[in-house]
Amino acid sequence: MRLMTDGATSVDLKPAGEARPFDVVRVRRDFPILGREVHGKPLVYLDNAASAQKPRHVIDTIRDVYENEYANVHRGVHYLSERATKRYEAARETVRRFLNARSAREIVFTHGGTEAINLVASSYGRHFLEPGDEIIISVFEHHSNIVPWQLARDAKGLVLKAAPVTDDGELPIDAFERLFTPRTKLVAISHMSNVLGTVFPARQIAEIAHAHGAKVLLDGCQAACHLGVDVQEIDCDFYVFSGHKVYGPSGIGVLYAKGELLASMPPYQGGGEMIARVTLEKTTWAPPPARFEAGTPPIVQAIGLGAALDYLASVGRERIGAHEADLTKYAMQRLAAVDGLRLIGTAPAKSSVVAFTLDAVHPHDVATVLDRAGIAVRAGHHCAQPLMQRLGVTATARASFAMYNTRAEVDALGAALESVMEFFG
Amino acid sequence: MSDDLRELYQEVILEHGRNPRNCHHPDAPTHAAHGDNPLCGDQLDVYLTVGADDRIAEAAFEGRGCAISVASASLMTEALRGKTLTEARELFKKIHEMCTSDEGGGIDVADGDFERLAALSGVRQFPMRVKCATLAWHTMKAAMEGNAEVSTEDEV
Ligand SMILES: Cc1ncc(COP(=O)(O)O)c(C=O)c1O
Repeated sequence: MRLMTDGATSVDLKPAGEARPFDVVRVRRDFPILGREVHGKPLVYLDNAASAQKPRHVIDTIRDVYENEYANVHRGVHYLSERATKRYEAARETVRRFLNARSAREIVFTHGGTEAINLVASSYGRHFLEPGDEIIISVFEHHSNIVPWQLARDAKGLVLKAAPVTDDGELPIDAFERLFTPRTKLVAISHMSNVLGTVFPARQIAEIAHAHGAKVLLDGCQAACHLGVDVQEIDCDFYVFSGHKVYGPSGIGVLYAKGELLASMPPYQGGGEMIARVTLEKTTWAPPPARFEAGTPPIVQAIGLGAALDYLASVGRERIGAHEADLTKYAMQRLAAVDGLRLIGTAPAKSSVVAFTLDAVHPHDVATVLDRAGIAVRAGHHCAQPLMQRLGVTATARASFAMYNTRAEVDALGAALESVMEFFG
Repeated sequence: MSDDLRELYQEVILEHGRNPRNCHHPDAPTHAAHGDNPLCGDQLDVYLTVGADDRIAEAAFEGRGCAISVASASLMTEALRGKTLTEARELFKKIHEMCTSDEGGGIDVADGDFERLAALSGVRQFPMRVKCATLAWHTMKAAMEGNAEVSTEDEV
């Protein structure tokens, strides 16, 4: 079967047949960059939680749009504008399917996950929250899911509370639930930790929040790449993710919001596209999603994101998940065998992210030495300083996996870490 | 271990990274500043005690960081002792040149200060690590100028 991104452009992607086993060698061939060397060594790319590499299908789609079907969207009556609009809206439908949202009108394109959170903090926060209302976040949040709420708090006189984390990196549900009061209006929490890899019980979190009359925003920037996400099943009110972490381009993000909620929210920015009618005195807003997409949107990035999600589906999200679970488990065992290495984050529900420190060697020095061996990892605070403070470290090193990583790459990491210990030891 | 790694992690750097000198809070510093590298979360405090003769009687620091930033701070505190503030400012300029310019800023290793400080020049091959080497120096400069805080993200 050939899968059509839309009427005219066909791409050679076969939806995942259940019988075909996961073939990592084949998958790797789909990512051109994986063939290159770094510092004379084959690239071992283990910084996927920061950003994932792009499959040829995404690169080709982007080139195809620019070469053949590019124009502004929703404006021209001419052929190219109609084609670009069609593909842009087809990408919205692809995202709807990816999240299993009820309607494509519940999908807003933003410039990134960060902007999607800011959109909610600004629009929902300004319109629905009153001084003294409470928002619950958690200690493990990325700065992107902390700072927008601090800004809203300061602007509106809100109260911001943070759910704690256990030493293993889990969310203690009892302690979380004790934070609720009748003033709690919103919970904004990550679906998966970008530092610890912990997968949080999204369904249960939403249930608890709703029982207390609060709305729930899930930051899916990490989860979307690794877990199946079904916003209807989770029953969250908002779900946010970034295109570049799911093998798509940078400069595109997604906000899902329940239809009624989105329809009741005021615009986030003003400009073209988001209006129904403008006079110099007054403007009436367009319905969602256009109301939240002021100005020329990231057109090609959205189409590229659609291509990335098509690609994910063609490989098979369940099979990818199983492969990444195997890698994570293998990496935890392999790294635990490195003398002087301490794993940070050992929750049983964990995916694709392994953070660690080495005795007496700073993560920066670790990352520099690994880099010269062709191995890309992240070192630092991972934009999660409150979590670092809670864990009592200033920084960690972090290896994070994607569908194209292999056990051999984990072995290369393990061996390189052993030589780091020898060098600095 | 590749050659440029050995160049970066010279024995002096590793040794000062492991056993930093002057790593404490002095009794009565006349100048102090806090330095932040927001990219990695490293932080350090630099303290100068300037005597009546306008010379730095003692330089010290506290903080946590990678081998490069700790070694750089340690080497700096040793080099600053006995210098006037003007000399310290000159030294800052030379170190900055050495760590950032392609040619290494024409450092003369015969110059007593640079016998050991030259070891920091290895970061030139590692653009992402230059800020680790210069954090202590920027913080020292901020302390001299009476600024309480400095960040490697400020254009100094
Ligand atoms: C959990 C989490 N939330 C939010 C973000 C912000 O995403 P972006 O920088 O793509 O806007 C990230 C990315 O680092 C993340 O890992």
